[in-house]
Amino acid sequence: MSWYRPADVGFAVRSQLAALGQGARLFVRLVSLFGPSMRRFGLVRDQIHFLGNYSLAIIAVSGLFVGFVFGLQGYYTLQRYGSAEALGLLVTLSLVRELGPVVSALLFAGRAGTSLTAEIGLMKAGEQISVLEMMAVDPVQRILAPRFWAGVIVLPLLAAVFSATGIIGGWVVGVLMIGVDAGSFWSQIQGGVDVWRDVGNGILKSVVFGFTVTFVALLQGFEAQPTPEGVSKATTRTVVVASLAVLGLDFVLTAMMFSL
Amino acid sequence: MPPTLTTALVELHHLSFGYGDRLILDDVSLTVPRGKVTALMGASGGGKTTVLRLIGGQIRAQKGELRLFDSDGFKDVGRMDQATLYAARRRMGMLFQFGALFADLSVFENVAFPLREHSNLPEGLIRDIVLMKLNAVGLRGARDLMPSEVSGGMARRVALARAIALDPELVMYDEPFSGLDPISLGTAARLIRHLNDAMGLTSLFVSHELEQTFSIADHVVILANGKIATQGAPDEVRRSVDPLVSQYVNAEPDGPVRFHYPGPSVEDDFSAFAGSATGPARGKGGR
Repeated sequence: MSWYRPADVGFAVRSQLAALGQGARLFVRLVSLFGPSMRRFGLVRDQIHFLGNYSLAIIAVSGLFVGFVFGLQGYYTLQRYGSAEALGLLVTLSLVRELGPVVSALLFAGRAGTSLTAEIGLMKAGEQISVLEMMAVDPVQRILAPRFWAGVIVLPLLAAVFSATGIIGGWVVGVLMIGVDAGSFWSQIQGGVDVWRDVGNGILKSVVFGFTVTFVALLQGFEAQPTPEGVSKATTRTVVVASLAVLGLDFVLTAMMFSL
Repeated sequence: MPPTLTTALVELHHLSFGYGDRLILDDVSLTVPRGKVTALMGASGGGKTTVLRLIGGQIRAQKGELRLFDSDGFKDVGRMDQATLYAARRRMGMLFQFGALFADLSVFENVAFPLREHSNLPEGLIRDIVLMKLNAVGLRGARDLMPSEVSGGMARRVALARAIALDPELVMYDEPFSGLDPISLGTAARLIRHLNDAMGLTSLFVSHELEQTFSIADHVVILANGKIATQGAPDEVRRSVDPLVSQYVNAEPDGPVRFHYPGPSVEDDFSAFAGSATGPARGKGGR
């Protein structure tokens, strides 16, 4: 590949465009397979169990520690302005609007996304995908679609767990350890958090991230070279591409939500 | 010329397939007779597995026609839409080289998989069918093992039970004998022959194992350099005077299939050193 030979540049661009088109086609297929996936809900349920359960511990523990740190940092900043009782609101809004969806999507990419990519890649390397095709079973419908919809369903739930444990973490540090008034901690949350604008936007974000991370993981696995090296490369790419996509999309979504 | 056969399950007419400029199959015509065991042999890279993949519709030929289940209204595999192709695939089973069992399913569930996907049979019936198929390959007792707990030979037998779960008409085996010990090898060969006769199948298998292949096959096709070197009954093939076939059948290291990879001649390569006392002459042999 050399950048000064038009033929090479053209070939590279065409390959990229073809890959983009294949990705887009797979995405449209997966979305259109919502009905068939729900008709065999057992397959989706198994994947929800797999993806959700295995990510639950890391999500809950991370949420708790992020909450601890928020409790400390928030308290030291707020008490300078004499508004330490707003700690609950600060912790909750940060978690529900931003950190809950974003950090759980990043963790989900690292924990569940990589295992999805490796699983599909190894199925391909072990000719299991070819076996399905030869059995007249569509691998996209039987293998990819249930995993896709399970990821879309699971990530908002994990983000909710993350935010909830984070708020508990903030409460433990702020109220139990530092001594912020418990009544104002909770009442500020109750009064200051809007169900639609704050919680709703957070849920919307995590649904979008669910589509993004799960799709990236499945695409990387499905397009992986069927060799040990190819699968390991695909797994790394899942983390890199999914994380960048989540952070980029987060900015776009936040900008859109504030402008509405 | 391929022999004229009254009923053929698969017919290849002047089929060509290649990647880019490299032709894997060049104008190949062959027939797989119904109810018989056909063996595809030939040197590595000769396009044997490609023939199986073409019949299964996983890849499509650039030229020629591949007719499958012709008497039942199916047409050229290369021109089938997905629904027709899937309908055709439901009537064939394929055994991959290493079995390709689903790693997260037990032996029983692996064999039950095609039944669960393609039928609404009650659980009791599925159990009976699966145990019958496992019994046929001698692994009824291994039903609860996971694929990681069975040997390579056993994995292939499980995969065979799975391939015949839906009672196909055509079973294709991709190198069923490679890497097997003598006992498993004999078992696998007898199983192919036995299942073919007991279930009224048509079998097509790719193999390098001369002795077993010649003992169980009714029809042997030898592919070389993308073309058919010879085909016929095992005895006819064995007696063939074609130098290529004779090299293959007698396992001779050199002949039409060269022992040496193409390169500069021995004289050219070694005289390069003679010209200089200190080391290889630069710019001479390197190109």
